[in-house]
Amino acid sequence: MATGESAVGDVVDGDVAVGDFAVATHGLTKRFKQQVAVNALDLMVPRGAVYGFLGPNGSGKTTTIRMLLGLIRATSGRHELLGHAMPDHARDILPLVGSLVEGPAFHPYLSARANLSRLDSVDRHADPRTTKVRVDRALDRVGLLAAADKRYRAYSQGMRQRLAIAGTLLAPRELLVLDEPTNGLDPQGTREVRHLIGSLADDGTTVLVSSHLLSEVEQVCTHIGVMHVGVLLTQGPIAQVRAVGETRARVQTDRPQDAARVLRQLGLTDVAIESGWAAGTLGEIAAEKIVAALVHDGVPVTGFAIERPSLEDLFVSLTGEGFNVSG
Amino acid sequence: MSAADVTNGMASGLNDGSITNPVDRPRLHLSSRFLRSELALIFGRRRNQAGMGILAAVPVIIAIAVKVSTPRPGRGPDFFASITSNGLFVALAALTLELALFLPLAVGAIAGDSVAGEANIGTLRYLLTVPVGRTRLLAVKYAAIAIFSMAATMWVSLVGAVAGLALFGGGEMTLVSGTQIGMGQAVLRVLMATIYLGLCFASLGAIGLFVSTLTEQPIGATISIVVINVMSFILDSIPQLSWLHEWLPTHWWMSFGDLLRDPIAWSDVTRGLLTAAGYALVFWLAAWARFSSKDVTS
Repeated sequence: MATGESAVGDVVDGDVAVGDFAVATHGLTKRFKQQVAVNALDLMVPRGAVYGFLGPNGSGKTTTIRMLLGLIRATSGRHELLGHAMPDHARDILPLVGSLVEGPAFHPYLSARANLSRLDSVDRHADPRTTKVRVDRALDRVGLLAAADKRYRAYSQGMRQRLAIAGTLLAPRELLVLDEPTNGLDPQGTREVRHLIGSLADDGTTVLVSSHLLSEVEQVCTHIGVMHVGVLLTQGPIAQVRAVGETRARVQTDRPQDAARVLRQLGLTDVAIESGWAAGTLGEIAAEKIVAALVHDGVPVTGFAIERPSLEDLFVSLTGEGFNVSG
Repeated sequence: MSAADVTNGMASGLNDGSITNPVDRPRLHLSSRFLRSELALIFGRRRNQAGMGILAAVPVIIAIAVKVSTPRPGRGPDFFASITSNGLFVALAALTLELALFLPLAVGAIAGDSVAGEANIGTLRYLLTVPVGRTRLLAVKYAAIAIFSMAATMWVSLVGAVAGLALFGGGEMTLVSGTQIGMGQAVLRVLMATIYLGLCFASLGAIGLFVSTLTEQPIGATISIVVINVMSFILDSIPQLSWLHEWLPTHWWMSFGDLLRDPIAWSDVTRGLLTAAGYALVFWLAAWARFSSKDVTS
């Protein structure tokens, strides 16, 4: 929790004013009968960020997103979207928010095109004269234009997911809330969605993307927040959050004992030796010094690597447990 | 439905001042698109088209059955006995037969689907995040149910009139009270009776809308509406409960026959319309009270 607070503090104390948050929650809590699904959440998504909202299945991500969008009421706490209090300003703010919540949902016996037109027709901010163009453009952007007249029921899971993303692109948005957008997609589809998120962010759209697959999101995010059993463990710019973990230098050599001695002399800690390699925690030591020192001492180096902790390692270090479903 | 849309439009217009950056707000378009989309969903769905076919089968069967059978005179002033004298009576006979189950079932299917159907397939959450205001959603959904109720009743009546006139011809109509009226008057009277029943079914639709907000299972909602309907008929047939009868939602439905008297016996019809309006209002408000603050977890 301490890391979580410091991360939030850093963001707020930086050059980012409170009004510059696309999403800001204050003590947001949701209790379902006995269970606290989301506990005193202070989620802060700066404008322009791609925020990876991470956590295992059942950690409260979707419940949070439902609260953000006004689908369910918070038990306590409050939140703002794009600087305006929700749900009071839902009517004015939600048109600027595209959302994908808990998987795609469309009328099975309507075509993809008819489904998107239906969504557009209930939007009182949408101009009916441009519906056709906007629907086709959204379908094109997710690569579904060729299958636009197929019934939704004939769509594969991956196509359904793409259609749901197309639904969020019907109007210009300032914020996209994407709940598990890569669910059911093949590796190629996952790459495409990542690319799409990147290109939307380049246009200035803030993206809040939730995922239970850490590695999937890692590459595209500028910020991350990690949920666990309804609590936000940490959040902030991705480099800052990852800096919490320890970076290790690993030397591949046929003389690991000698390599380890050099590493210790340089001031690396937690030096470990196994057959074929030696490794130590880098701390403040500059990585480029290491190889030079090794060579200088005549230690043959066959490989060298700097290992940043993966988000998965980070998660384990934060929770003391794996990235599994928590009841 | 445009009325509710206009109201919402005005309300959000008033909100403008509280938004610090109104430039960000896209322009509002007032239109009946949502309602038209609803109607397209209802009437475009194959299941509902099949249902309309079944509703239409009854007057056709009546007309043919009466045509091929020998007339049995002297059975009193029911619509069946009058069919051979004027084909328009097929419409009235069909309404009489479908009033207890088929038409309420049709309305129940549509009303049950209205909210529970969207919740069941998950589209409800996407409607609400577009956003569609919850009050507007219920207003448009109910308008669509009411229009369907009226359309289904009209459909039965129209098919009956066409089949009847084709097989038996039109001309002067002998009313229940014995008076004769011209063909134009006769069409008007049948139309009035049809509209009256359409409004009655629309009020059942409000009960359906309410039930539909209670569940995520549209079939369950439909069954509940039919059960409520049948229960009302059963209670209405128990003499010991006569104090209750005039308050039952279905009690005044058969009074549509009063519109075929001369002069028209307005008292029961008026009671029927007031009862229908009362049920519609109370159950629409109940649906609103239930739905406006409900957590949508579907």
